[in-house]
Amino acid sequence: MQHNIVCFRTRHLDQPWSLENYRSVGGYKQLERILNDKIPPEHILERIKQSALRGRGGAGFPTGLKWSFLSRGKPIQKYLICNSDEGEPGTCKDHDILMLNPHQLIEGMIIAAYVLGTTVGYHYLRGEFWHAFQRCEQAIKEAYQEGYLGKNILGSGVDFDLYNTLGAGAYICGEETALIESIEGKRGWPRFKPPFPANYGLYGLPTTINNTETLASVPVILQHGAKWFAHLGGKENGGSKIFSISGHVNQPGNYEIPLGTPFSELLNIAGGVWKNARIKAVIPGGSSMPVLPGEVMKRTRLDYDSLSKAGSMLGTGAIIVMDEHTCMVNALACITEFYYEESCGQCTPCREGSGWVTRLIKRIEAGQGKPGDLDCLEQIAKGIEGRTICAFGEAIAWPVRSFLKHFRAEFEYHIEHGCCQVAARVR
Amino acid sequence: MIKFEIDGKKIQAKSGSTIIEAADAAGVDVSHIPRFCYHSKLSIAASCRMCLVEVENGRKPLPACATTVTAGMKIYTKSHQAMQAQKEVMSFLLINHPLDCPICDQGGECELQDLSMGYGRTSTSFIEGKRSIKDKDIGPLIATEMTRCIHCTRCVRFCSEIAGLRELGILGRGEHSEISTYVEHSMQSELAGNIIDLCPVGALTSKPFRFKARAWELRARAGIAGHDCLGSNINIHIKRESDSQPERIMRVVSRTNEKLNETWLSDRDRFSYTGLYHADRLARPMIKQIGKWQETDWETALTVATQKLQNVIAQNGAQAVGGLISPNSTVEECYLFQAWLRSLGVPHIDHRIRQSDFDHQIQSPLVWSTCKCVQSLEETTSFLLIGSFIREEQPLITSRIRKATQGGARVHVINPVDFDFHLTLTNRCIVSPWGMVCSLAAIAQVLFGNDKKKLNIMPKPIAELIRQQKPNTVEHDIARDLQQDKAPLILLGALAQAHPYFSYLRVLSETIAIEIGAKTLHLTDSANEAGAWLATALPHRRIDGVSIKEPGYNAKAMLAKTLKSYCLFGLEPTYDSAYPELARTALQQAECVIVCSAFKNKAMLEYADVLLPIATHLENEGSFVNIEGTRQSFQRSVNKPFAEARCGWKVLRVLANFMGRPGFDYQTVLELSSELSRNLENDLQSEHIPPVDFKPLPTVSDNTVWRCGYWPIYRNDSLVRRAEPLQVLTVEQDLAKLRLGAALATHLKVNNGDRVSVSSDHPDAKPVTLQVLIDQRIADATVCLPSGLPDIAINGPLSVVRITT
Repeated sequence: MQHNIVCFRTRHLDQPWSLENYRSVGGYKQLERILNDKIPPEHILERIKQSALRGRGGAGFPTGLKWSFLSRGKPIQKYLICNSDEGEPGTCKDHDILMLNPHQLIEGMIIAAYVLGTTVGYHYLRGEFWHAFQRCEQAIKEAYQEGYLGKNILGSGVDFDLYNTLGAGAYICGEETALIESIEGKRGWPRFKPPFPANYGLYGLPTTINNTETLASVPVILQHGAKWFAHLGGKENGGSKIFSISGHVNQPGNYEIPLGTPFSELLNIAGGVWKNARIKAVIPGGSSMPVLPGEVMKRTRLDYDSLSKAGSMLGTGAIIVMDEHTCMVNALACITEFYYEESCGQCTPCREGSGWVTRLIKRIEAGQGKPGDLDCLEQIAKGIEGRTICAFGEAIAWPVRSFLKHFRAEFEYHIEHGCCQVAARVR
Repeated sequence: MIKFEIDGKKIQAKSGSTIIEAADAAGVDVSHIPRFCYHSKLSIAASCRMCLVEVENGRKPLPACATTVTAGMKIYTKSHQAMQAQKEVMSFLLINHPLDCPICDQGGECELQDLSMGYGRTSTSFIEGKRSIKDKDIGPLIATEMTRCIHCTRCVRFCSEIAGLRELGILGRGEHSEISTYVEHSMQSELAGNIIDLCPVGALTSKPFRFKARAWELRARAGIAGHDCLGSNINIHIKRESDSQPERIMRVVSRTNEKLNETWLSDRDRFSYTGLYHADRLARPMIKQIGKWQETDWETALTVATQKLQNVIAQNGAQAVGGLISPNSTVEECYLFQAWLRSLGVPHIDHRIRQSDFDHQIQSPLVWSTCKCVQSLEETTSFLLIGSFIREEQPLITSRIRKATQGGARVHVINPVDFDFHLTLTNRCIVSPWGMVCSLAAIAQVLFGNDKKKLNIMPKPIAELIRQQKPNTVEHDIARDLQQDKAPLILLGALAQAHPYFSYLRVLSETIAIEIGAKTLHLTDSANEAGAWLATALPHRRIDGVSIKEPGYNAKAMLAKTLKSYCLFGLEPTYDSAYPELARTALQQAECVIVCSAFKNKAMLEYADVLLPIATHLENEGSFVNIEGTRQSFQRSVNKPFAEARCGWKVLRVLANFMGRPGFDYQTVLELSSELSRNLENDLQSEHIPPVDFKPLPTVSDNTVWRCGYWPIYRNDSLVRRAEPLQVLTVEQDLAKLRLGAALATHLKVNNGDRVSVSSDHPDAKPVTLQVLIDQRIADATVCLPSGLPDIAINGPLSVVRITT
C-alpha cells in the first residue's frame, strides 16, 4: 500500500515545506503546464470529475460537481475560499498539510481559481493555527515572488490574489456560511440556505469553498491523471485520505492512505489498541459522527460509502478509538459539553437543546439519573436533528443517538446503580 | 402568481413570496403559522424555528419564513411532522424561559404566552437548573429582563435595519448568548421604543409603563400622534376610572398605517404621554386678581376673560389684539380661533411662531405639500435636504429615507451643522445659514445659470444671487445628480423654515424643482402646520382662501409691535417662539393676556391674566392634516380630559358665545368639521396674485457669526418638554453650550470651556453667558446653540449673533 503520496508527498524530505522541496516533487509544474499550454478550464474540471475527488472537510460532496455550480462566465467578482478551520475534535490533518506542504495547497488554489474564474481567494485558518498561519504567510510571499500569485501569473494574463485570514476560535466558523460571515467581519453565524454560496457567498457574490485537503489534492490529480487518482480508492471514492487516528492506540497520528483501506489495516499501522486492550468503540469521522462498536468497525472499509452503510460517516477522517475501559457515558458527556460550548446560539433547538442534553448526561454520569431520562435524551436529540439552520444540530444529535443505540445498557446501569459499569467491572 | 396548497386549501401568491407571507396574505382562515423571529418589516433570520412546516417531498420540516413557495407546492402546517417540530421548538424555548407569567409585565400580551397555549405542554420533563442573565440598563425608556429573552433578534435587526444605529447585538455564544449594548449605555436611537413592541416576550418592556397596569385592564382608543408632521397612527391605552384613581392614559403604542408610520412609532410620540400628569398641568381655570392667581370655575374665568378683552377692544380697537395659536392645534381649533378673533375684528392672527421671514407669504400656495409622497420616499433615488436635523425632526420619515439609501438612493444635504442622520450621505454642504442660501443658488446656477430668459423672469435679488455664485465641486455634483435623476425630491426642514431668508430658500428650491422635475416637501416640525394654513390661522388670508389686501401682523411682527392684548392658544411663546426675548417683553407689557393652555410655566404666570385649561392632543377630538395633505380625524380617547380641562374647540366656542358673537353654536366637533370641510373646498379655488418684492440681498461681512438654533427633539412642544423619561435623554447641560468649529474658535480667540457672552444682533439684546465647546461638525462662521432651552432666550434661531469674550 502506498503511503503519503498525495498531500504528504514532501513529508519524507528535510524541511518539507520549502518551495525548493516542493518543486523537487513536481510542485508548480502542473500550474505552469496549464498556463503555458492554455489548457481550457473545462478540461481540468472534467479531470477533477473523473478523479472522483470528494470533499475532505466532512460532507464528502463531489468536488467537480461543486465547482460546476459556480457560473464561470458571470461578469462579476467571484471568490474561492479554502477552509482550514479544522475544528472537529479529533481532526488534525489540515494543520499538517499547512505545516508540511503549504505550497501544494497554494498551487491547488491557483488551479481551482483558474478553473472557476475567480481572481481573489481567501484562506481561512482557525484562530489557534498561529504557526501554520506564519508558514502559509511565508509560502504566499514566496509564491508572489515567483510570480505564481498576483496579477498576470507567469505572463499568462491570469490574475489571482490570495490572502490568509485567521479566525477567532469558534468551532462553528468551520461551517462554510459562518466562515463567510467571519471573513466579512461579522459574528460567525451560519446563513440559511438556499441561497448557497455558489450563488450568494462572500459579500453576496458567487463563492466556492473547499477544504484544505481537497484543494491540496488537485495538483497531484493533474500530475498523475484522474484515472490514477480514482484507482487509488474505490468506486466514487477516489484518491487517498489522511486519517487522524487518536485515542487508545499505540501510535496516534496522521496517516495518508488510499480510501477503501480496511479499518483493521489502519489500526495495525497505528500500532494497534494500547495496553493490549480490546477495542470497544470507534468514532470514524470526528466527534460529530455516529459512534460504531469496535467489532462493526473491524469489518468496515474506510471510505465514504462503506462507512455510510455501516451506520456512520467518514466525516473528516478523524478516527477516535476507545478501548474496553472507556465509560461511554463519560465519553458522551465530553462530546456534548464541547457542542454545548460551541453552539453559536442562533437557532433555538441547538442553543437550548445542547445545554439540556449536556446537563442531563452529566447528571446521569454523576449518578443522579432518573428513569425516563434516556427516553427524554432520545427525544431531545430528535428535536434538534434536522430542525436547525446548519448541520450543527446533527453534530449534537448523532453522537447522542448513536451512543444510546449501541451502548444503552451502560447508560441504564448508570441510572439504575448510580455508578459506572466499567469502573465497577475494573474493580 | 403561483398556485399552491396550504393544508389542502388551494391558494395563490406572488412569485418569490415566502410560505409565511403567502399564508398571512391568505388570512387566518387558511392557516396561522406560529412565529417569533419573523417580522414582516425586518430581514429574515429563520432562527427561532417556530414556523417549521411540512412540505411535500421535503426531507425535513422547513422554516416557513425563509422558504419561497413554488408552483404546485403542498404545504402542511398542522400535519404530524409540522406539529411535532413546532411543539419541540416550543419546549426548547420554554426550558430556560421563566414560567412566571403572572409577575411578568408582558403577561396577557405576550406572543410566547399565547403560542405556548397552543403548542406547549402542561407538564415539563426539564428538571435541570434554568439559565439566568443579568439585566441591562439601556436607558429610561426600555426596561430589560434578559432572562426572559428568547434570542429572536428582532430588536437587533430593528436597530441596524430601521433605526440605522447598531446599538444592540448578541454577546456570548450558544446558551450564553445575550442581547446587549456591549458597553452599557442608554440607547440613543429616537426609534428605540419600537423594540418594546417587537419583543415577543417580556425581555424588553416599557419602563415608564412597567407594572402600572395589566393589558386586560386597558381599553385602546385610536389617536393621531402630535409631535411631527407625519401624523403617525397610535393607539392610546386608557385605564378606566377606579375609586382610587380617575380615568388615565397609561401608554401609547403604534397603530399600523402602511401609508404613514408602517408599524413604527417614534419615541417622542410613544412616550410624550408621560408628561400628561405633570405638576405644571392646568387643572382648573385660573384668574389673576390684583397680582394673585386663584383657581376658579369656568363661568367666572370666561366672564373675566370676556370683560378684559372687550375693555381692550373698546379702548384701543381690535387692532390692539393679537392671536397666536400653536401649529400643533387641531384644524377645528385653528378654524374657530381665527373665526372668533376675526368676528371681533382682530386682524393679527398667526400660527407661524417659528418663522422669521414672512416675505412672499402672499405667494405661498394654499396647500403646502400636496404630493402623497411618504410611501414613495422609499422608491425615491435622489434627495436634496435643505436645513433640517431630519433625524430629530421627523424620525420616521428619516427611516423611510434610510431604507431608500439602503437601496442605493443618494442624499445630499445643505445644513449649518453636520448633523448625524444615521444614514449614508452622498454630498454635504456644511455652511453658515447665509451660505445655505448661496449653496442653493450655486446649484441653481449650475442648472440654468446661463439661461438669461429664466433668470430675467425671476425676482431680481434672487437672479442677482444666482449670477454671483461660483459653484464648487460639491454643488456641481449635487446639481448633476439631481438633474440626472428621474424624480428627485427636495426636502425643506424646520431650519429652512426658521431661516431669515426662508423666502429665498423657498423660491430657489421651487425654481430648481421646476427646472429638474422634482417634487418639494416642507417638513414642518409641528403636527398640523398644513391644517393651520388650510384653516387660515394666518394674517393674510380669509377662510375662503382669498388673500387680504392689508394683512394683519405676522407672528414676529405681533411680538415686535407690543400690542395691548394677546390671545395665546396651546403655546408657551418663551420656549416655542423663534423670538423668545421679544415674546417675553411683549407679553409682559400687554394689558391683557388670555392663555388657553394645557400647561402653565413661570413666565406664563407672570404675563398672563386668565388661564384656561385645555386638552392635549391625546385627550382631544378633531383632526390633523399631515405633511402629505391627509386629514386624519380622531375622537376623544378619554371621557373627560384632565380635571376641569376642556377640549380646545369648546373653550373657543364658549368664548365666542360669551362675547356675543353670532354663529358659534356648534354642538359637536362634527358640525364644526363639516362646516370647515365646506370651506376647505373653497380653498382650492386659485386666485391671481401679482408678484411682490423681495427683500434685497444682505451684505455679509467676514466677521458675521450666525447661529444655528435648532429645536432639540425633546424640547419641541409643551407636552414633550414635560415628559420626564424623554427629558432624561436630553442632557440640558450638554445642549446649553455654545458649539463652534475650531476655525471660528481661533478667530474669536476662545478655547474649549471658556465662557463667552452671546446675544442676538439687536442693540438692546440681553446677552447670555455660555461655555464654549469646540465641535467640528459646525460650519464656518456659525455657532450652534439650540432653541427652546430654559433661561436661554435669544431671538432668531438662524440669525446673526454677537459674541463677546
